[in-house]
Amino acid sequence: MPETTIESCEVKRLEILSENGDADESLAPKFTDSQIRELYETLVRMRTFDGRALNLQREGRIGTYASILGQEAAQLGTAYALEKRDWIFPSFRENGVFVARGYEMYMILQYWGGDERGIKVPEDINMFPISIPVGTHMLHAVGAAMAAKYKEDKTVTLTYFGDGGTSEGDFHEAMNFAGVFQAPVVFICENNQWAISVPRARQTAAMTIAQKAFAYGFEGIQVDGNDIFAVYKATKSAVDKARSGGGPTLIECHTYRMSDHTTADDASRYRTKEEVEAWKEKDPILRLKRYMEKKGLWADSYGKQVDEDAKALVDEAVKKAEAVEKPKPQDMLVYTYKELTPRQKKQMGDF
Amino acid sequence: MPWTKIQADDSRGRVRFGGGERPERELSYREAIREALSQAIETDDRVFLIGEGIDDPGGVFGTTAGLRERFGAGRVMDSPIAENGMTGVAIGAAMTGMRPVFIHMRVDFLPMCMDQIINHAAKWSYMTGGRVKVPLTIRAVIGRGWGSAAQHSQSLQALFAHIPGLKVVMPASPYDAKGLLLGSIAGDGPTVVIEHRWLYDQKEGVPEGPYVIHAGKGAIRREGTDVTIAATSYMVYEALRAASELEGEGISAEVVDIRSVQPLDEGLIVGSVKKTGRLIVADTGWKVCGVSAEVAAVASEYAHDALKAPVKRICLPAAPTPASVSLEKAYYPGIEAIVRAAKGMV
Repeated sequence: MPETTIESCEVKRLEILSENGDADESLAPKFTDSQIRELYETLVRMRTFDGRALNLQREGRIGTYASILGQEAAQLGTAYALEKRDWIFPSFRENGVFVARGYEMYMILQYWGGDERGIKVPEDINMFPISIPVGTHMLHAVGAAMAAKYKEDKTVTLTYFGDGGTSEGDFHEAMNFAGVFQAPVVFICENNQWAISVPRARQTAAMTIAQKAFAYGFEGIQVDGNDIFAVYKATKSAVDKARSGGGPTLIECHTYRMSDHTTADDASRYRTKEEVEAWKEKDPILRLKRYMEKKGLWADSYGKQVDEDAKALVDEAVKKAEAVEKPKPQDMLVYTYKELTPRQKKQMGDF
Repeated sequence: MPWTKIQADDSRGRVRFGGGERPERELSYREAIREALSQAIETDDRVFLIGEGIDDPGGVFGTTAGLRERFGAGRVMDSPIAENGMTGVAIGAAMTGMRPVFIHMRVDFLPMCMDQIINHAAKWSYMTGGRVKVPLTIRAVIGRGWGSAAQHSQSLQALFAHIPGLKVVMPASPYDAKGLLLGSIAGDGPTVVIEHRWLYDQKEGVPEGPYVIHAGKGAIRREGTDVTIAATSYMVYEALRAASELEGEGISAEVVDIRSVQPLDEGLIVGSVKKTGRLIVADTGWKVCGVSAEVAAVASEYAHDALKAPVKRICLPAAPTPASVSLEKAYYPGIEAIVRAAKGMV
């Protein structure tokens, strides 16, 4: 009997917007000028928020914080492709996604400041709370997507995780369930090259993360994660496919964590300055700005105004977060169960 | 909501086996569970069953037999073999409003799901100020005998009862099996329902319509005045048998079916101990840091003055379950141990 090839897969990478701001117009999403401005303004708001959060942590005003610096396009490009009714299951580094979805910034700060009331997601935002253990929430996203399919409500579920998260067993299980049940879910891997101090090469021997999807029976694609056009286009196509019953997709956003893992980390101990410098030129906001300049959508006064508006919004959020009244000790007990247990009733008196 | 009427009519929840009014129709424990699952699926579109082999002709000791044929693969779902994965998927579905019933043939498979159960199912309500609910029911079976041994016959209720946010119930009777299961499915949070394989053929009168028993209520199975025997699951039967034997010796034993391990019906246990002045705890699990320790602590904290003798605990020794029949006999304490303990106290 001959040996034959019974299956092969091609791993594609999508790039639309180059580092110097040139876009391949044949591939570029058909954004209006006002949408381009909206994207730019949101990216700046995300980065301004992120920078302020880092400073607040250094000043001891919030707890440990995970920066999104460098990953703004991967977060906004994906979130922007969703409808309001779609659900997001974030990891701990999706602060930009929260901002993009219109989540109150003061509440994000409240959360990172150690007040869990900050993650009491408002009824009108379809986002699930941050999952701190690595990778565990991917399964929830698949379950939610399976439920949406059962309810025939046409919502799509999108979940974020890092390159490190793909080493977890939960990633395998989530991808497998999604494939078997053709769940309307989109997996977004923000491959930022580092899982704390573990480099991407130590997570998997595979050449890409995108290719892992093929083994689960669905499509995977790698995109330039710092290219908001490519990220959006791939996500929009995956979301449309999921909504029309075409099943899951894995999108690997090839990006870079410009900051430390969290404020509890010092990345200079394990990676070189040169590596970080090389990624600075690939900055996602800089390249959209260059694109806007070339398209005549840019004026320095506009850029200044966007910066100032973002700063004002973040200032306001900080003020509001710090004015929130402290929770009462009894609050610890009241939400664990719908009703207090006999033991909890006794413990209420301990405070 | 579909459960409102059933929950409001909780008068049936007060029927007690071993006394009180009993419906004429008898069901076995397995049939009572199957009926509860059918009625939950019929009552509420959000209910679905998921688990390995639940559509197998055997149907998890008969408790799910025929349900897939009746309700379809969308409501009765077999899945890839991935216990942790299934737990996460069920949690995700529950977070978006579904009411999954996740079924394990052995409680021993739950350790593979611990991250999802402890770090997620038990936490979301607390961490989101009550915004995200996880109405997830996990059914798991304690095996015993036939060489089930170390990895197929554990009794892990204490592990789950330790975690704030989880509820743990252990029905001993068909009536409770149906009511507690429906109560769990109708509830708002994650509940682990631990069944015992040796109880599946137990029969008693079970009402035909759906009814709920909520976690948190124990039940007096036999009244007595000299010693309280608080027992879980299969040990309730050993306790009842022991109580009959003790009666012949002139000792009046009260048998408390703990029924709900978390929350524990502290009031019922304390009340009984205050009446009898003596407490034996008989649990299907290990003694060290087990449910018996918690029950004994409750008696010590809230009924200390009433205690006329140190509390005795009839539980498993600190060793995994042996496969050998002769060792197994020595491993599981039962009626003799309870009788001996009671005689030593009175």
